Amino acid sequence: MPLLAAVAQTHDTEPMIRFDNVAKRYATGHEGLSGVDLHLEPGEMAFLTGHSGAGKSTLLRLIGLLERATRGQVWVNGRNLNKLKARDIPYHRREVGMIFQDHRLLHDRTVFDNIALPLVVAGMGHAEINRRVRAALDKVSLLKKEKVYPITLSGGEQQRVGIARALVSKPPVLLADEPTGNLDPELSREIMELFVQFNQVGVTLLIATHDVDLINSFDKRIINLRNGRVAADSAETE
Amino acid sequence: MARTPKPPKFQRNRNPVTWALRHAQMSLSSLGRLSRSPISTLMTAAVIGIALAMPSGLHLLVDNVRQLSSSWDGSASVSLFLNEDVSDEQAEAVRRQVALRPDVAETRLIDRTQALEEFRGLSGFGQAIELLDQNPLPAVVVVRPRADVQGAAAVSRMAQELQTYREIELAQVDLQWVERLSAITGTIERGVVILAVLLSGAVLLIVGNTIRLEIQGRHSEIEIVKLVGGTDAFIRRPFLYEGIWYGLLGAAIALSLVLSSLYLLDGPVKHLAGLYESQFSLAVIDPLSLFGMVFGGPLLGLAGAWLAVSRHLADIQPE
Repeated sequence: MPLLAAVAQTHDTEPMIRFDNVAKRYATGHEGLSGVDLHLEPGEMAFLTGHSGAGKSTLLRLIGLLERATRGQVWVNGRNLNKLKARDIPYHRREVGMIFQDHRLLHDRTVFDNIALPLVVAGMGHAEINRRVRAALDKVSLLKKEKVYPITLSGGEQQRVGIARALVSKPPVLLADEPTGNLDPELSREIMELFVQFNQVGVTLLIATHDVDLINSFDKRIINLRNGRVAADSAETE
Repeated sequence: MARTPKPPKFQRNRNPVTWALRHAQMSLSSLGRLSRSPISTLMTAAVIGIALAMPSGLHLLVDNVRQLSSSWDGSASVSLFLNEDVSDEQAEAVRRQVALRPDVAETRLIDRTQALEEFRGLSGFGQAIELLDQNPLPAVVVVRPRADVQGAAAVSRMAQELQTYREIELAQVDLQWVERLSAITGTIERGVVILAVLLSGAVLLIVGNTIRLEIQGRHSEIEIVKLVGGTDAFIRRPFLYEGIWYGLLGAAIALSLVLSSLYLLDGPVKHLAGLYESQFSLAVIDPLSLFGMVFGGPLLGLAGAWLAVSRHLADIQPE
């Protein structure tokens, strides 16, 4: 059984991610997003570009409910996030795998334990955890590193651990915020190709990056943000 | 615009077996975490132990004194000090007369010579006594009331009646000091309750502060667990178990402190009791103290941890 099969229980007509006129204003008065409309179909893969401060991270953070929109509505996997209660946020996050530039790994735990964390949190049994973590490690080609600590790994390997952790629970949505930010071009391409593989088995991906050269070499949708608004969207110009 | 009629419900684990298993795992892993820093764990537990041992030990002490005084309570007696001019024969006559009373169980005459001998033997003033040209001590009739004369009031009424005898200078109820002792122990007992409440508060704060520091130290871990979908209950759990373990360890330390104090005091107390020709020995730990330590400790630990967790966990949100 492929690792990422049977994800994304889709709801025929509903996009996986939908932004309706979404704005995010911070307490400082800074407007992270202003009036964003966006649809991502189930199984779609898109790159999010724009200069720093354009609102890429804010957009991803709204999807993962690290923040809530101040105006408009965000829908993910058929749920209106505005109406999601605080106690449901953990369950929502289990459906959204998140990958960060700084990996966010636990340095006092082995690679295996880091990747197992989402499954442990979800209360999965030992045998199932073992099986799934090994499969995820295999996906990111780190099977031999399961017992080591993240600090002994290279930046690219640490990022792959972060990716394995995000996909191990088979979430229908994967978000990545500058996943190749600190990597050389060759490693960056490897990581991106990994994402394309996940997309081929039905995961919806949204990847924020400013590496325009790299993403232009992939035939995927590119959404360009400028000053908190969608400035260009390759899906609409086609 | 098309909409799904109802968003799918989130799946929550409601299997009690899995739930119990997870709790068992969590409690063991919390214990494991504590055992990885044994010195600081023991220091915290020792503070809790001392705080728990103090009221328990004091309670035990008061309890013992009370048992001692109640064993004397039954043998309350009235000492009749006779006038100095009463001869030994007249004293014996007084004794016989008193012995006829229906409420008297037993009488014993200590005549002036015997009183002097006793005084010389016990007081240590033997040589000073030699210097006196006459015996300053009166004869005493010791009266033990019948068992049905109960309580201080009845005994002192009896003493008042005996006081009316011409030969009797003073009828002294030997119960008074027992009553005073009982009043003193009552006061101390109340003090112990206050102390127990204060020290329970201290245990609460100690555990609360320890857990607070622990939460701060694991800030990034909590953040990441929230990021991958850990519920508040999941994040709370290890800290609550740590609180319980601290309390349990503290209770064990308190128990061993109290027991070793009892062991250390046992010899001297036996010696002291021997001097008073008493069979008294320290009682072992009472059920209330035992219960208070074994259950109160973990409960206070849990409460302290809860205090810290409910205050500080919500502050940590993933960035």
